[in-house]
Amino acid sequence: MPDASVDPTCPTDIAVSLRGVRYGYDRRRPILKGIDMTIPRGKLVAIMGTSGSGKTTILRLIGGQLRPQAGEITVAGREVPKLERDELFALRRRIGMLFQFGALFTDMTVFDNIAFPLREHTELPPDLIRDLVLMKLNAVGLRGAARLRPSELSGGMARRVALARAIALDPMLVMYDEPFAGLDPISLGIVGQLIRRLNDALGITSVIVTHDIYESLKIVDYIYFVSDGRIVAEGAPDVVRASSDPFVRQFVDGAPDGPVPFHYPATPLLEEFARGA
Amino acid sequence: MNRSTIDLWVGIFVAIGIAAIIFLSLRVGNLLTATNAPGYHVEAAFDNIGGLKLRAPVKAAGVVVGRVDRIQLDPKSYQAVVSMRIDQGYQFSRDTIASILTSGLLGEVYIGLDSGGDPQVLADGGRIAKTQSAVVLEKLIGQFMFDKASAGNAK
Amino acid sequence: MALDAVAFGLRRIGRGTLNAVTRLGFASRFFVAVLLNSPAAFRRIQLTLREIYFAGALSLVIILVSGLFVGMVLALQGYEVLTRYGANESLGVLVALSLVRELGPVVAGLLFASRAGSAITAEIGLMKTTEQLSAMEMMAVDPLARVVAPRFWGGLVSMPLLTALFSTLGIFGAYLVGVKLIGIDNGAFWGNMQAAVDFRRDIFNGIIKSVVFGFAVSIIAVFEGYDARPTAEGVSSATTRTVVASSLAILALDFILTVFMFRGIGV
Repeated sequence: MPDASVDPTCPTDIAVSLRGVRYGYDRRRPILKGIDMTIPRGKLVAIMGTSGSGKTTILRLIGGQLRPQAGEITVAGREVPKLERDELFALRRRIGMLFQFGALFTDMTVFDNIAFPLREHTELPPDLIRDLVLMKLNAVGLRGAARLRPSELSGGMARRVALARAIALDPMLVMYDEPFAGLDPISLGIVGQLIRRLNDALGITSVIVTHDIYESLKIVDYIYFVSDGRIVAEGAPDVVRASSDPFVRQFVDGAPDGPVPFHYPATPLLEEFARGA
Repeated sequence: MNRSTIDLWVGIFVAIGIAAIIFLSLRVGNLLTATNAPGYHVEAAFDNIGGLKLRAPVKAAGVVVGRVDRIQLDPKSYQAVVSMRIDQGYQFSRDTIASILTSGLLGEVYIGLDSGGDPQVLADGGRIAKTQSAVVLEKLIGQFMFDKASAGNAK
Repeated sequence: MALDAVAFGLRRIGRGTLNAVTRLGFASRFFVAVLLNSPAAFRRIQLTLREIYFAGALSLVIILVSGLFVGMVLALQGYEVLTRYGANESLGVLVALSLVRELGPVVAGLLFASRAGSAITAEIGLMKTTEQLSAMEMMAVDPLARVVAPRFWGGLVSMPLLTALFSTLGIFGAYLVGVKLIGIDNGAFWGNMQAAVDFRRDIFNGIIKSVVFGFAVSIIAVFEGYDARPTAEGVSSATTRTVVASSLAILALDFILTVFMFRGIGV
């Protein structure tokens, strides 16, 4: 494992930190009501919660696509919401993001998709770009698929290509939005292993947003649980597995009912039927 | 769909598009034959220009020799002063007659020039002395009815 | 009871107007942003060329065929009416002026809006739905510069060319029907036409119209795509809005432009 303290890509010990972050797409209904999170450099951290709990919103806030209504967000020591457009774009060049389902550009080949950030942000000659693209594809095991189009790829392959694209510029921070969603068991294993290996081999910091507890427990260093707009639990995988917190237990055990209720809020059943009579 | 094919088709598209514009301008329109042909200007005053419009043709013996440039009302004489551009190659005598004519029954109004015998010719800025105004249908009918009435009275 | 309904109606109108005005403001800022990002679209000229291909070259078939048929029908109908006044040698004049002044820009514009405009909206809307625009943003590439501006300029450049081709094919179609089929004198057809069609007043104005229409269709198409709700029906309703709004814009602009351009007729 490389020495994270001499990692040249991220200058600070803490890669990402959120403090008291509040956000709602509709100002009157905040999704995040005060998020506190610290992600040290070189670590692989998962953000988990039920669907709609605001996990993807946290990623968008870190990446500067959204501005928090309160609180501060720092990436590599710089406050993201306060950055000017050019500074924000410069920061984004050092962040890689894997979108749910890949978000590959459908009008170009796999090769061009990965070459895209290289061509846009560097002046490298075509030969060097070709070598870099093939290296990234090799890292995810898809060097032979370079000439294919995104529409010809399976879900798992598309996800891996998107991963290769996310690390094309050797970022210091990579964010994964639901990398395990909709994959078959083999692909799940592959993607999980790739995320862990890349994190260690490249010395990057990784943030995964997911609700796949099983795969996450296998690979992550730390987990944050988000519910009702706040962090309700956190810890390393061992701590989480042994936790007695009812929310964590419901999540880990996959129980249908618990702190996260099964029923969507509604009038009691007897009352409902009585009204019809 | 690789780059060179796209470039080829875009090139073809733009080429035929521009060719179409050129065709419309030259063959359908009058881009070359009309404006900016070298010529000189003469003026003529009419009592009534009828339906004469700007850019109406100026013809001699039925051949277009120029265009009407400007139509103004002389505030002192209350005559219509028409300024026309004559193509460089044509010369007209100083006693040319300018008449307002209509081509056909429903056709456009134009100025017809009848050259006279004067050896001196009109120069740039010259003025045609003899003019014949347009035939205004209402006046013609009025005249006709007046004549009829007076002929009837005379009887 | 009735008062409630009236109040409800008024509130809806008020909200609708506010929404429309807000949207208009957003659209204007969007337009300025597209213009500011345009130099990037020209530096990467390949992007814009590609869009000219997709908007223009691929519309050739429908434009050429429609132009031909419109011209042929104009000739048939026009001949029928002109013969009554013994003016059938003016058929070329009738067809040329109708096409160059009005039918060329308007019909080509409407066809362009339905074929290319809707395609542009759908494409951008789908890229938004599949998070491709978001991915581009996160890779520090402005989608306005890379996706939107090239499509806008591609549409704007294609329109005048397509209009000219439409009018040309129309005149050719009229020639086929008038001279070859009906038997009007070839010389009279072209001669009268050339005498009556003025470059500055008719053809140039027609070109100006097509540029204005191209601008309207292109900006509406890219805006609706960029602003579409990122769902399947969001994209489909955006596409419909593009076609409807573009068509109305073309007809309204046509009226305004015609008033300004041709009010001098008869002077």
